[in-house]
Formats: sequence, C-alpha cells, structure tokens
Amino acid sequence: MTHAEVLIVGAGPAGIAAATAAARTSRSVLLLDDNHAPGGQIWRTDSLAPNPRDRHRDAALTSLQQSGAQLLFNTRVCDAPAPGILTTLSGEAITHIEYDKLILATGARERLLPFPGWTLPGVSGAGGLQALTKGGFPIAGKRVVVAGTGPLLIAVAAHLAAAHANIVCVAEQATLTQMAAFASAIASSPAKIWQGIKFRAQLRGAPYHTSTWPIAALGDTHLTSVRLTDGSRTWEEPCDYLACGFHLVPNTELASLLGCTFNGDFVAVDVLQRTSIGNIYCAGEPVAIGGLDAALIQGEIAGLAATDQLQQAQALHQRHATSLQRFVTRLEAAFRLRPELLTLAHPEDIVCRCEDVRFEQLVPYTSWTAAKLQTRCGMGPCQGRICGPATQSLFGWKPTSVRAPLSPVPVSAFIQFDLRTPTAPQEIP
Amino acid sequence: MHYDVIIIGAGIVGCACARECATAGLKVAIIEHHIPAAATTAAGMGHIVTMDDSPAQLALTAYSRGLWQQLAPQLPASAEYEACGTLWVAADDEEMAGVSAKQSVYTAAGIASSTLSPDVLASAEPALRRGLSGGFLVPDDAVVYPPASAQYFLQQAQASGTVLLQARVIRAANHSVQLADATILHTGKIIIATGADISLTPTLPIQKRKGHLLITDRYPGLIHHQIVELGYLKSAHKLTADSVAFNVQPRQTGQILIGSSRQYGNDDPGLDQRILAAMLERAISYIPALARVSGIRAWTGFRAATPDKLPLIGPTEDHSVFLAMGFEGLGITNATGAARLLADHLLLRPSAIPLTPYLPERIKQEAYAHA
Amino acid sequence: MPTPDAITVAVNGQPLQVARGTTAAAAFALASAPCRLSTTGDPRSGVCGMGICFECRAIVDGVRHVRTCQLPCYDGMKLETQQ
Repeated sequence: MTHAEVLIVGAGPAGIAAATAAARTSRSVLLLDDNHAPGGQIWRTDSLAPNPRDRHRDAALTSLQQSGAQLLFNTRVCDAPAPGILTTLSGEAITHIEYDKLILATGARERLLPFPGWTLPGVSGAGGLQALTKGGFPIAGKRVVVAGTGPLLIAVAAHLAAAHANIVCVAEQATLTQMAAFASAIASSPAKIWQGIKFRAQLRGAPYHTSTWPIAALGDTHLTSVRLTDGSRTWEEPCDYLACGFHLVPNTELASLLGCTFNGDFVAVDVLQRTSIGNIYCAGEPVAIGGLDAALIQGEIAGLAATDQLQQAQALHQRHATSLQRFVTRLEAAFRLRPELLTLAHPEDIVCRCEDVRFEQLVPYTSWTAAKLQTRCGMGPCQGRICGPATQSLFGWKPTSVRAPLSPVPVSAFIQFDLRTPTAPQEIP
Repeated sequence: MHYDVIIIGAGIVGCACARECATAGLKVAIIEHHIPAAATTAAGMGHIVTMDDSPAQLALTAYSRGLWQQLAPQLPASAEYEACGTLWVAADDEEMAGVSAKQSVYTAAGIASSTLSPDVLASAEPALRRGLSGGFLVPDDAVVYPPASAQYFLQQAQASGTVLLQARVIRAANHSVQLADATILHTGKIIIATGADISLTPTLPIQKRKGHLLITDRYPGLIHHQIVELGYLKSAHKLTADSVAFNVQPRQTGQILIGSSRQYGNDDPGLDQRILAAMLERAISYIPALARVSGIRAWTGFRAATPDKLPLIGPTEDHSVFLAMGFEGLGITNATGAARLLADHLLLRPSAIPLTPYLPERIKQEAYAHA
Repeated sequence: MPTPDAITVAVNGQPLQVARGTTAAAAFALASAPCRLSTTGDPRSGVCGMGICFECRAIVDGVRHVRTCQLPCYDGMKLETQQ
C-alpha cells in the first residue's frame, strides 16, 4: 500500500496550488489525476511546455514541479474502502493509497441540458470541444457555434478562434444586463485572474449574442446547423460543431462517498477548507462555482492547513474570502438558467444518453429513484453524471447516494478492492 | 373506506397479489411506504428458475414458471422477459454424477431438461473455461427485469381498481390496518408481503440473508444462458456459513449480472469487499473473459429466508391476516404462483397445486429456536 | 501540443495518420466516424472530453467500452466504432 501524508485528488488549479503549498513542508505529498498531465480542464495541456498565452499556468506548473510533490497521472479514484484509504485504478491495476490528510480538488463538469438533436455527433460540451481540439483534432476552418451559458463559453470560443476555427457566433442565454453587471465586476476585480471577458477581444469579430440559446441541433448523422432563438426571433446557423454547455456542476461524488457534509449541492467547508471530516479538505468548484481565482486560493489554503501552516492559511482566507464570495454570488446571478431552457426537450428527445431514455418516459415519475428503477435512466456507465444534473434541473429530482465504484472498473480490479488478501474462492469462514 | 383486501408491501409479490385479487373483482388497496419494487425486488437477479430443493419447492417453482410463460406475451418490453434457460454446470465428475438423478426429478415433474457433455457444454457457452465435466440444461427457465415486471402487475391491478397508498403501516390485525398517521383502514383480509421487513410480524422466523450482485456494461453474446454452478445447491443449502457461488445472467441489454453470495447475520446494506471479491473470483474462474469486462455497479440486497427454505403463503392465527413472505432467493419466480394460490384461497377457488406445504401454520417457535 | 511526428492507427479498418499525442477520440473525429452506436443505434461521439460522460466509448484493440477522450493514440492502435 502506498502512503502519503497529504494526498490530493485532482490536478487542476486547486489541486496544483494545494500540492505546491503542502510540499513546502517536508511532508510527503501525492497529487493524482485521471488525465495524463496536470492542469485540469482549464489548464489542460499535453505537455509541460511553456504556453506564452498563459503565464499564470506556466508559473503554477513550474512551482508545482519545484515543490517536491509527487505526481501520479492516469489514475482515478474508485473507492474509499476505509477511513484514511482511497482505492485507485490505473489501467487495470488497483492501488490502495493511505493518507493522513486528504484534499479533494475534483473540479466541475459542464451542465448539459437535453434539446432536440443534442445527441448528434458534432454536438458536445463547450469544454468537450476544447478538449477534443487540445487532443489533436484540427478545428481550423471548421464552423463552430458556441452556445449555452457561463464564462467558459467565451474562454472556449477564444481558444477555438486561436486555433483558427471559424466561430459562427457565441450564444449566451444570459441577458445583456446580467452580462454587463458581471463584466463590470470582473473589471473591478483586483486579481483579474479570472479571464472571462478579456477573451472577448480574441473572438476575431465573431458575433456575441446575449439572451440567445439553442433550441435544436439539426443533421442526419452529423451536425449541419443549429437553430437559435432570442425568444422572439428564431434562425438557423449552418455549422460543423456546436460547443454547448450550461455552466458548471461540481464533481462531488468522491466527497459524497467519503461521507462529507453538504451544503445544498456543494461540499461544506470551514475557513480552512476543512470538510465535516477532520482530515479531509476540499477546494475549488466542489465548494462553490467560483472560477480560477477561488480554486487557486482555496487550494493553497487547503494545502497550508493540511500541513499545519495555519497562520498563513488563515491570513490567506482573511485576505480573499470576501471578494471570492462576492464573485461566486455574481457568477450565480449572471448565469442563472432561464426557464425556457427547461422546456427545450421534446417528448421523444433522449435525456439519458447511456441508456437512450426519452423525456416522455421520465414524465410519469416523481423521483430519481423511481425513474431509474423503471426506465434505466442513470443506470448506464456514466452513473447519472450527465442526466442526473439534467433531471435535477428539469424535474427537481435529488440525486441518490453515491456508491463505489465511482466509475466502472474491470471485474478483475473489483477483486482487488478488498483490502485483505483475497480468500479461497468457495468457502469463506 | 372498506376494502376486500389490503396488501402491505408493493414489491413484486405484493403487486402480483394485487393483480390476482383485483382482476378477480375484489376491492384492493396496496400500501407501500417507499417506492414500489425498490427494495428486495430491485436487488434481485430476476431469474425465473425451477428448483428441486424439495418436492414442494419444485412444485411451486414449476407452477410459477408456467404462469410466467403464460404472461410472457403480454409483458411490456421493459420487463425484458427472455427464455434463456438455466444451464447448470458441473465443475467435476462428482458434480456431474448427480445430474442423472436431478434429470429424473425434473422429468417426473414434467419439466424439460437435457444433459450436456463437456463438448456440447463448450459449444453452448464458449466463454466457459475448458475442462468442465458437463452441464444440465433447463431450457424453459427465463430471466426478467423485476422492477418493471412488478410495475406491470401493479398497473394491471390499478386498471382493475386497485388503490396504491404511500404510507407506513404500523399495525395490521383483526380486519384493520393502522397507518403511521393514525388512519385506520378496514378490510376483509390483509396480505402481508413485506419481503425481508418483518416489523409487522416480528415473531416470524424469517432471517435476512444478504446477497451481492454486480452488473457489467454491455457485452452482447458473451453468454447465452443463465449459468449456475451445480455446487450452488451445496452453497445455497447452508443455513449458517457465508458462501459464494458462480451464477451469471445474460440481460436482454447485453449486460451481464454476476452473482451470487449468501450471508447470515449481516444487516449492513454496504458492500462487503471480501465477499464481493470471492464472488467475482469464482465467476472469473468459470468464465475467464469476465476479468476484463467493465463492471458498472455492485449492490446488496436481503433475501427473506425461512428455516425450511419454503415460503409462507396463507392464513395466520388471525384469520384476517395472510402472509406472502419468506421467498428467500425465489421471490421473483414464485410471485406469480404465490399470488394465484392466495387468490384461489381467498376466493374459495380450487387451486392447481396444494397450498398445504407453504401454510404459515407449519412454522413453530421451536423451529425458530433451532435455526 | 502534439509533436509533429506522425503515427498510424486504424479507424474501422481504415489507416489514419495522426500526430503523436492525438487522443483516440480525436482520431475518430478525424476519420468522421462515431465512437459508438447508442443502445437504439444512434451514432455518438464524445461530449464532455474529461472521462465523465462515457459517450466516447469505443472498441480499442478489441476491448469494448474503452473511453477514448483521455487515451493517447499509439502506433498500430486499432479503433472501432462500438455497436
């Protein structure tokens, strides 16, 4: 069994900041992630090569490398079999990792909402298309509509534009008033690390529509156009890709499996980022959708607190807590979903993509549990990660408790979940 | 409000009882405190299997399986009824030696079966490991998705006027049912069908027998039958020790359901990694390809086990209270038969098989003390 | 960014040159092939790009249900649309 004094799950900005702060002490720090490089979604990279466009990222990665923290990639947490132990999967191999302190920096994923055609190839999350591009897909010359809501849309559009995509337009469902309030808040933010609106200049003249949202993705076996509306006018934009996400939902499944207390949809933490479980900390989006600034500061606080650098941790909290909280509130207000978005799905549209469960099949049920049982909604390999938040938005259904494994594992790996040496197969004394 | 029958528990047994009673013209209410078919019914495999533990068990499972076969054409697609048959496999010559006697028992009961040589077994299920001694095929056994089947029974009952109430029952005796909010419902008869929950019948010698299952992603064509080791009978017969057995099921979706385990004295619904690991190792030992198959989800459930491994179906000392409980691992199979037998009894109709072996009166406190 | 040296993979039997570092999901997109057909037969490709949605599952070197969005291509890799 591997042992780390401080184990950090998730190598996005929060995890990187936490690992860097924790490794300044002489403690053993292990940072793991299911991707093959650090950076998380926002700093996703294929190498540690410098990126001239993002000095924050480069500085953070350099500090991480110099910190002495051990990095473990292509590794995903699948169980928490006992207090102080996580079970991880890498390839088909299981490793149990013992920890004294655990920092959860599991980030967020996009909220995806069903609408006609949303399952067509060519339609993906906004971050999803960005990831595909960073994964080597040449987006140059492709016509892309970026739609949905949240600061990620502009960041993705800017990234795709830089890769020479033809950005047809960005369709943000929030109103101009909401966006203006958010933009002025960003402009007055002292740290300005959150990059949101400044990407606007990089959109190369692509139209940026507010109060506009997609109502259908059209095409036969691949997307050919997107139908957009601003509530009064409806039009079609021919395109090759639709990058579409409706802001973010926190990845809190591990926190839930560990038994951390929640505050609504988020993991409850104190000023030192401590969860309800004494030796478990949480930072970044699982605590509140607060963006890059919050992730870096909370990550650092968690890393400091987990290594008993309490004064520095407290000072950091005092310096930033108010502005971070203000930003969370502003994000929430700016990108609140308009009610029209919850009526986009037609009866025949798929809601659960794993099991192809249609909207009309879900209508008779009054709870997630009953719908799951009778329709298979959420019973596929994603375990409701996509349709769970969607049905929460659409029907107000609350998710049920999380069970191991957190994501599918080979049957042979399940056997190694057992902390003890496997006993003789037939008879168990 | 006065009902002819109030059924407590909307698992597959309660729902089947509601359907039988309501379609026969009785005024029925069915009471469930949670979500229909979400407890033992949802946790089970859904194997419609003839079992020869005892003559009474064989009679009930064969009768019930026949009722399922009659129902099959009208079941909704969501019930995923698939007559895939049960293939019992012999790991060694000793297990194979028992097959001819088993086949005689099945033949005498009018149940089709055949004995498979090692070669025929290998071609019937190429994924099985080589070197097995043969198999015993019961071709008319089947598989269903239990929650959707129960839902179908419930909908049929509701179409015949059954009322579904969401409430917790705190007392059921003497023609009346008291709900947690103090409401009292009056009824001719009460059927208690609460699975492994014996809070209304605390003196019954029903023990929870914990089981584990794991479901995989879709691998259509990897296996074709419900495949069970013949050693299962040895393992399932044990009344005390924990045990695991090789028992895998092809779902209509192409998914594979992997079982099975049995534990007494463990009321914790959490996964027991030691048991799960042993169960999966056993499955892989029979079907090596399962090792690399993607497992999506594992869960546990509680079977309601009686000391003599037969269910409790029929009246109690309180002549207004009837039981449909204690089905152990055969609740899905026997739901149809138990419901029909109970309805026959309540309606004074002749029944196709005698109810006597399943009557609750056979259970004595002494038996409990020895269990 | 992917380094310029190219490797060859097969997507549904057709050879495809991709830059080293390209993900298997990107190879499917380059070949205009869906990663999988859904349970009712609709073509699907990756959605979240971060290993969560499972829409990018495909058959990789004969193994079913492999997520391709976080999986770098290697020379000789065989990718098939999962039916």
